[in-house]
Amino acid sequence: MAMLNIDNLHAKIDGDHGKEILKGLSLTVNPGEVHAIMGPNGSGKSTLSYILAGKEDYEVTDGSVSLDGEDLLEMEIDERAAKGVFLAFQYPIEVPGVATMTFLRSALNAQRKKRGEAEISTPDFLRLVKDKAANLGINQDMLRRGVNVGFSGGEKKRAEILQMAILEPKLCILDETDSGLDIDALKVVSEGVNALRSPDRAMIVITHYQRLLNHIVPDFVHVMHKGRIVRSGGKELALELEANGYAEYQQDAA
Amino acid sequence: MPAVQETVDQVRSLDVDQYKYGFFTEIESEKAPKGLTEDTVRFISAKKDEPEWMLEWRLEAFRRWQTMPEPNWARVSYPPIDYQELYYYSAPKRKEALSIDDIDPEILATYEKLGIPLRERDALLGIQSGGSKVAVDAVFDSVSVATTFKEELSKAGVIFMPISEAVREYPELVRQYLGSVVPVTDNYFATLNSAVFSDGSFVYVPKGVRCPMELSTYFRINERNTGQFERTLIIADEGAYVSYLEGCTAPQRDENQLHAAVVELVALADAEIKYSTVQNWYPGDKDGKGGIYNFVTKRGDCRGDRSKISWTQVETGSAITWKYPSCILRGDNSQGEFYSIAISNGYQQVDSGTKMIHLGKNTSSRIISKGIAAGHSDNTYRGLVTAHRKATGARNFTNCDSLLIGDKCGAHTVPYIESKNSSAQFEHEATTSKISEDQLFYCRQRGLDPEEATALIVNGFVKDVLQQLPMEFAVEAQKLIAVSLEGSVG
Repeated sequence: MAMLNIDNLHAKIDGDHGKEILKGLSLTVNPGEVHAIMGPNGSGKSTLSYILAGKEDYEVTDGSVSLDGEDLLEMEIDERAAKGVFLAFQYPIEVPGVATMTFLRSALNAQRKKRGEAEISTPDFLRLVKDKAANLGINQDMLRRGVNVGFSGGEKKRAEILQMAILEPKLCILDETDSGLDIDALKVVSEGVNALRSPDRAMIVITHYQRLLNHIVPDFVHVMHKGRIVRSGGKELALELEANGYAEYQQDAA
Repeated sequence: MPAVQETVDQVRSLDVDQYKYGFFTEIESEKAPKGLTEDTVRFISAKKDEPEWMLEWRLEAFRRWQTMPEPNWARVSYPPIDYQELYYYSAPKRKEALSIDDIDPEILATYEKLGIPLRERDALLGIQSGGSKVAVDAVFDSVSVATTFKEELSKAGVIFMPISEAVREYPELVRQYLGSVVPVTDNYFATLNSAVFSDGSFVYVPKGVRCPMELSTYFRINERNTGQFERTLIIADEGAYVSYLEGCTAPQRDENQLHAAVVELVALADAEIKYSTVQNWYPGDKDGKGGIYNFVTKRGDCRGDRSKISWTQVETGSAITWKYPSCILRGDNSQGEFYSIAISNGYQQVDSGTKMIHLGKNTSSRIISKGIAAGHSDNTYRGLVTAHRKATGARNFTNCDSLLIGDKCGAHTVPYIESKNSSAQFEHEATTSKISEDQLFYCRQRGLDPEEATALIVNGFVKDVLQQLPMEFAVEAQKLIAVSLEGSVG
């Protein structure tokens, strides 16, 4: 069975005169697969990630989304998280005064409780964070600082991947994780993501650029335009886009 | 870190609109006749076996009070209080307790329920599990029922006892300092308190002594229609240090109850007093019915050079809070601090802040206030910073942040700043923000439910102030914050 099944999804910004952003998007993702979604600005890529995560500013007007056969759209935001949906934010949000460490632990335990699992013990948690943080080049000082407060662009993205590594989600959605990263940071972040690839985990990688996909090599590449997937292919499709740009799709649609 | 986790647990384990200290203890009590006359004042004074000068002091206050109008400048509203409908004295009916074993078991059980061990051996067990030693004075309605660790404190020369006992045992000390910071004529509620105060704590730390443990008073209003008027007087003699904690709860009742306390602190040269409050009086139900009127006058006098007074408060309870813990910076180089977290939810009204009165040279003060308004509540910070013309080199830094949860509450900041000395430097920063939808979404995407997410964000917002509290209180305060914000989201 597919892990994620998006069928003919239509959605608009909440409100009466909201503009329709997704216009019949369909996508099937199986466990172990990495799907890249590419496309020009304004094609609806970020909206898709927000709708999957459950952000309340959008209204789904048609279509369905299921996760492991369950209706994802019926679930609360935190319920989706506990079921294994993780969104790595393009612009991670600051939570002043809450140490990153505290945040990680609160989130992990909240998810475990929702799943009826026991809370993680303090020594186990500290060991877990230490291991994962070291791989991402995150030091103790960063873990003590407020969530994303005063973090550089690269630090924010690494912190997102650290959260992902600790929460061990089933479905990882990476929204323009490469934006604002220099080449070294991109490498560290990509390695972090690759370390999480596994046969029972799926990923949706949203990006403008081919360069991220040199590091995180996708199984499938989809081109999104005007709220729909207009073309799908293997990883070579990304190279083609890199060479030709999105112009042809923009013209097609016009 | 674990404390935040506990906060989160607490949110989960409690139902909305549940005040966990709202129980009432069935106990026989002895009350003064209802209403307030000279006879009531005489009755209280006689009950306390007070010397003549104390009675005169009270009567003078009472006569003065009758001529005073009730203040109405605060941003709070409530129906007129009928002062003749209240009881001014209520004491558990039992002969004077001589030792902890003479205390009515029902009262002991009440404090146990509140998590306050009055038996010293229980408190000592606490040490082994990592807590530090805290001496407790427990005030039940109008009287003090127990003071722990008295002997150990007296070895250090520290006097810690109910003020009613201090009036008899140390009349010179009491007479010298009582009313010297908050004069009898100070304000309507302080004057009322002066006339009818029934008990409270008295602390004297002698010259050069660092009080060997935290001192704590726990106030409990139990009786119906009873006002609580406690009076606390703390004196730190030259070079002394004391840290004092105060906690308060009351049963859940439909009618409003009046609490009009006075706290006076005196710090002589090089002395330091740290006064922390976790105030959790019953705030009323979700429709705003019932709850405590908390009309309190707290003031510290940095009387000696280089003295320091620090107020830290976590205010989550009461239907109405009217309270401005202040510092008079009289001694040269003296310092005043005010750290406050005031949370209002439901229909609570808070008008609170501080006054920093700079009189001496090179005096400095610091104000960090975090107001959090949720539900239909109103939360006002009102502060005064003044520099006298002789206060050369006075400095103040004020930071007032307000956080709004939802769109039916209000946050207001009313700072008064006056400087009569051109060398004074006063800084004021203020922000008002809402918990952003983005923050909530981010936290929820990581698995926190709306209440857990709110508690986490709020705990982050107040962190600077929580850090000022003694460890045990910080944990308690964090739990309280979560509980008082229940039902504020969604």
